[in-house]
Amino acid sequence: MESKISVKNLDFFYGSNQALYDISLEIPEREVIAFIGPSGCGKSTFLRTLNRMNDTIAIARVDGSVVIDGRNIYAPGTDVVALRRKVGMVFQKSNPFPKSIFENVAYGIRINGIHSNKADLEERVEKALRNAALWDEVKDRLNSSAFGLSGGQQQRLCIARALAVQPEVVLMDEPASALDPIATQKIEELVVELKRDYTIVIVTHNMQQAARVSDRTAFFMLGKLVEFNPTQKMFTNPDEKLTEDYITGRFG
Amino acid sequence: MTTKTINSIDRRRVVNMIMTSLTAVCAVFAIAVLVAILGYIGVRGISSLSIEFLTDTPKPVGEGGGIGNSILGSAIMTLLAAFLGLPVGIAAGVYLAEFGRNWFGNTVRFVADTLIGVPSIIIGIFVYTLVVLPMGRQSGFAGGLALAIIMIPIVARTTEEMISLVPNSMREGALALGAPQWRVTWNIVLPAAASGIATGAMLAIARVTGETAPLLFTALNSRFYNYYLDQPMSSLTVQIYNYATGPFEVEHAMAWAATLLLVGLILVINILVRFFTRKKF
Repeated sequence: MESKISVKNLDFFYGSNQALYDISLEIPEREVIAFIGPSGCGKSTFLRTLNRMNDTIAIARVDGSVVIDGRNIYAPGTDVVALRRKVGMVFQKSNPFPKSIFENVAYGIRINGIHSNKADLEERVEKALRNAALWDEVKDRLNSSAFGLSGGQQQRLCIARALAVQPEVVLMDEPASALDPIATQKIEELVVELKRDYTIVIVTHNMQQAARVSDRTAFFMLGKLVEFNPTQKMFTNPDEKLTEDYITGRFG
Repeated sequence: MTTKTINSIDRRRVVNMIMTSLTAVCAVFAIAVLVAILGYIGVRGISSLSIEFLTDTPKPVGEGGGIGNSILGSAIMTLLAAFLGLPVGIAAGVYLAEFGRNWFGNTVRFVADTLIGVPSIIIGIFVYTLVVLPMGRQSGFAGGLALAIIMIPIVARTTEEMISLVPNSMREGALALGAPQWRVTWNIVLPAAASGIATGAMLAIARVTGETAPLLFTALNSRFYNYYLDQPMSSLTVQIYNYATGPFEVEHAMAWAATLLLVGLILVINILVRFFTRKKF
């Protein structure tokens, strides 16, 4: 089977500190992949290598390859801007822009010049908001500030913003970690819904969440990939003793 | 509970009370000095204020006269300084905050901090040598240029600080959408920091409005309404200096009135800052 993302022998360094060791992993198209593991195990760092978000850190260094649709994104001459349009990202803390709700979603469409005219832009914003299950809650106040939304709504706004530029892959870095159970449930339903059109990689601290939403799970520890298997198998009959210990909470 | 812990709680209460009172007294003292200065200026200045005073040009002692030309001169030179200094200062601040994490940025930062500490009269001498001597006379342009040079490092550093306050998560959010670096800076970071930058700019304008020393060398003074940038130009501060150092009581009264006006103008600028920088989003 052709993988959407294929990672081979990836090492990652912050200065002289190695954060990821020899990670190899295949991510199939239109599936939800969950990354789990204790804090500081490198799962967020790994997620951020998939759209080269770590480029913003001056001392970061990457070895190995990440191949998306047959092209190594770390090859010289890679257009990082185009890559990030294709591989969208939702962050742990919702980070709406200091603009109106409409303009938040429209921003990515505008800068990438995706829309043909004003009506098309409005249509795309509405579609993105509907995809993020937020349209009904905000349709009457599109021009008010995004900061007036609740935490859960802000996070869904950020998802809508990411979807609006029509990415193929959506990276989510603990998107529900700061949300209450009801808002979390909405995000989870959304993730399952989005799987039809997108490949989704989601980092989570919440094991039940990984079990609920993902098709495959990767377990990281101390910068190493311990196990990568279908979620069903991972949570019932993992290959590694370490995985079982972590999932069942017997750790130490 | 043992006696010892009770004692330590009592002691803490007493220390807390003493320190709170001390800081309160210092706060009252700081405010009191300000109120005293403003009050004194108000009392001394208000009696000489009149429409004629605000619009007339200086006249020989005993024939009245006013500071109309000085108000105009101050306005022209401050505007010129803002026109020259703000774009350079803001752009430099953007560079320092967004792209300045290297030796060049550190050098610029150090030079800016040094420039902020340089006494303004030295800026005046610098512009005197650079512009006034070759031109052969003092001019409003030289005055505005001196004020602009004073503004640039202040604006650059406040702009940098305001931009650094924009959370990094906002930049990442935009980058993750496929926004090129310059668009992130232009569309996201600058608007997010706009009110802070505007505040810094207005405060820098207020600061140079009160400058005297650099204008003595560069713009000098004029007894007439002057709209030409290549001619010596009057300013409120230099006119205050002239009136205040004059031998006659009536000149002193006019100095107080001009001072009141200057303080009032700076107050208005500060209020405008507050008014225009209310958060919209």
